[in-house]
Amino acid sequence: MNYWSWETFSEALPMVLQGLGITVGLTFSCYAFALLFGFVWTFLRRIPNKLIHWIVTWTMEFIRSTPPLVQLFFIFYAWPMIPGIGVTLSPFTSAILGLGLHFSTYIGEIYRSGIESVDKGQWEASRALNFSVFDKWKKIILPQALPPTIPMLGNYFIIMFKEVPLASTIGVAGILHMANTYGARNWAYLEPLTIVGIIFLLLSYPSAILIKKLEVKMNTRFDKKAALENVKKGAVM
Amino acid sequence: MIVQLFWLYYAIPMLFGINLGSNWWIGVIAIGLNYGAYLSEVVRGSILSVAKGQTEAATALNMSSFQRMRLVIFPQAVRMMLPEFGNYTIQMLKGTSLVSLIGLTDVLYYGDIMRSTNLDQAPLIYLLVLVMYFILALPLIWLTRKGESISKKGVASG
Amino acid sequence: MSDTIKEPIVQFIDVHKSFGDVKVLKGIDLDIKPGEKVAVIGPSGSGKTTIIRMLMTLEEPTSGDILVEGNNLWKMSKKGKQVRANEKHLRNIRGDIGMVFQHFNLFPHMSILDNCMTAPVNVKKEDKNEVRERSIQMLERVGLGDKLNNYPSQLSGGQKQRVAMARALVMRPKIMLFDEVTSALDPELVGEVLEVIRDIAKNDDMAMVLVTHEMDFALDIADKVLFLDEGVIAEQGTASDVIEHSENERLQTFLRRFRSV
Repeated sequence: MNYWSWETFSEALPMVLQGLGITVGLTFSCYAFALLFGFVWTFLRRIPNKLIHWIVTWTMEFIRSTPPLVQLFFIFYAWPMIPGIGVTLSPFTSAILGLGLHFSTYIGEIYRSGIESVDKGQWEASRALNFSVFDKWKKIILPQALPPTIPMLGNYFIIMFKEVPLASTIGVAGILHMANTYGARNWAYLEPLTIVGIIFLLLSYPSAILIKKLEVKMNTRFDKKAALENVKKGAVM
Repeated sequence: MIVQLFWLYYAIPMLFGINLGSNWWIGVIAIGLNYGAYLSEVVRGSILSVAKGQTEAATALNMSSFQRMRLVIFPQAVRMMLPEFGNYTIQMLKGTSLVSLIGLTDVLYYGDIMRSTNLDQAPLIYLLVLVMYFILALPLIWLTRKGESISKKGVASG
Repeated sequence: MSDTIKEPIVQFIDVHKSFGDVKVLKGIDLDIKPGEKVAVIGPSGSGKTTIIRMLMTLEEPTSGDILVEGNNLWKMSKKGKQVRANEKHLRNIRGDIGMVFQHFNLFPHMSILDNCMTAPVNVKKEDKNEVRERSIQMLERVGLGDKLNNYPSQLSGGQKQRVAMARALVMRPKIMLFDEVTSALDPELVGEVLEVIRDIAKNDDMAMVLVTHEMDFALDIADKVLFLDEGVIAEQGTASDVIEHSENERLQTFLRRFRSV
C-alpha cells in the first residue's frame, strides 16, 4: 500500500480550501456571539439577588464543564424536538449558538476579572462625582476594565478557532468536513487531514505570536504605575 | 484536537501499519499529548512565577540548585499549579467526548445510538448525557476551587 | 596590635559592574577585616546594594576581583588557568556569607522554625535536633520564641525581618550582609529591627556590611563608613571622620538632607 501520495495531496488541496471560508467565518461569528453573550453573563451575575446569582453561577458552571460537542448535538438534534419552543436550525446557526454559548461562559469570566481589577477608588470616585449608572460604566469602569483583558480575549479567539472543526460533526462544511468528505469519497484520509492540520498550524501560530506581542504591550501599559496614575486621574476628574 | 484525533486515527495504521487493537490508545495518545503540552506550560509558568527573591534567599543560604528547586521553588509552584490542573482535568473530561467520533463506546456514543432509535426523545437523551458529564465534573470543580484557596495562601509572588 | 595586622576577610580589587550600558560601579577597592562593622551609605542608585549582591554571588562583577579569605570568589583556577567560577566553587565560599534582604524573602510555605532549620539541616547536613535547639534559641533571641510554628504570612513586617535575621544567623556566617533591611517596613516597626542588629553587632564577632538609609544608626554602630557616590567610594573612614571632617561637598549635602528630616 502506498502511504503518501502527492497526487492525492494536490487533488485534495483545492477541495479542503473550499471549506476555509466557512471555518474562518464560523470562527468570527462564534467569537462575536461569545463576546456579546459574555456581557450578558457578567451583568446577570452582578444582580444583587442571592438566588439569581446562584442560578447564573451554576448555569455557567454547567455549560462550561460539559462537552461542547454534546451541546452542539443538543442544539442541532434535540432542540427541534422540544414541543412548543423547538425550532429547526441550520448547522451553521446551531454551531454559532452552541460554540458561542459554550465559550461565552469563559469570556464572561474574563470580563469579570477585568471589572474586579478596577480599583475600588474608581467606583467611589464615580459615586462621589454623581455619575449615572450608565455613565459610570461607559466612562469610568469599562474603559479601564476592558483593555487589560484584550490579550486573554485574543487567546480565546485562537482556542475557538481550534474548536470550530467540531461543527463538522453536525455537517457544517468547514475544512475538516471537506477533508472527511474527500476521504470518504476516495478512501484517502491521510493527505486531506494533513492539509487541515497544516492550515490550522499556519493560521494559529502567527496569531499566537501576535497575541503574545499584544500581551507584552498591554503589560507595560497597564503596570502598577499606570494604575496609580489612573487613580489620580479619576480623582481629579 | 479533533483534527489530531482524526489524523492519528487514519494515519497510525497507514503510516506504521500497526493495528493498535482498539481505538482506545489513539484516544489516549491524542488527548494525552494535547493536555500534556498544556500542563507542561502550567508547570513552567508556575515555577517562573515564584518570586525571584525566593531563589536569592535560597542562594544566600548556600543551597545547591537542586536543593533550591526541591525545598523552595517547587513546593510553592505546586500550590499555584493546583487550580490550573483542576481546570485542565475538566477540559480533558470534556475532550474525551470526541472519542465517540472514532467509534469508542463512551457515554455520548450510546446517547447517539439511543437517539437514532428514538428521534423524538433526543432532548431527554442529550440532557441526560450532559448531566452525566456534569456529575463527573462536580468533584473536579470542587477540587479546583479548593486548589484556588490553597494556592492563594502561603505563596510569595511578584 | 592584633587588630591592625589582621588579614582582611573580604577584599574588592578594582571591581566594575555594568547592567547593559549603565555603569553602576566604576572601580571599587575595599577591605573588610574580620569582625568589622561596615556601613555603606549614599544616594539611591549609587550601587550600594550591588556591592553586597556581588559578594553574595547574586550578581557577577563585570571586571575586577572579589577575595573572600584570600580566595577569589568569581574566578577559579583550572589546569593553571584562571576561569569563571562554577557553582561548586561559589558554594564553597558562599557558606561563610549570610544575607538579610530588603523584602525578607522568607519561605512562605514553611513555619518560622522550618525557615531557620532548612538550610543547616539540608545544606550543612547538621544534626536536626541540634539545629532545632539552636534555631529556637536564635528565635528567642530576636524575640519570637512564641511564634515558632507560625507562618510568615501571620507576622508583621518587623517580625518577618527578625526571622530573616535569625535564619541567617543560624548558618553561623563569618560575614553578614544587610540589604536595606528596614526600607520596606512601616516606620513604627523600624526600631525593633534595628535593636536586633545592634545586639548582633555588639555580641557577635562576625563581620557585617550594612547598606542602609538609617543614617544615625549606621554611624552609631559602624567601625567604618563608606560613602558611595556615582559608582565609586567617594569617602571612607570612621563615623566621626566621615561626618565631621570630610570636605566632600556631595557627602555634606547628602548628610544634611537626611539629618534635617
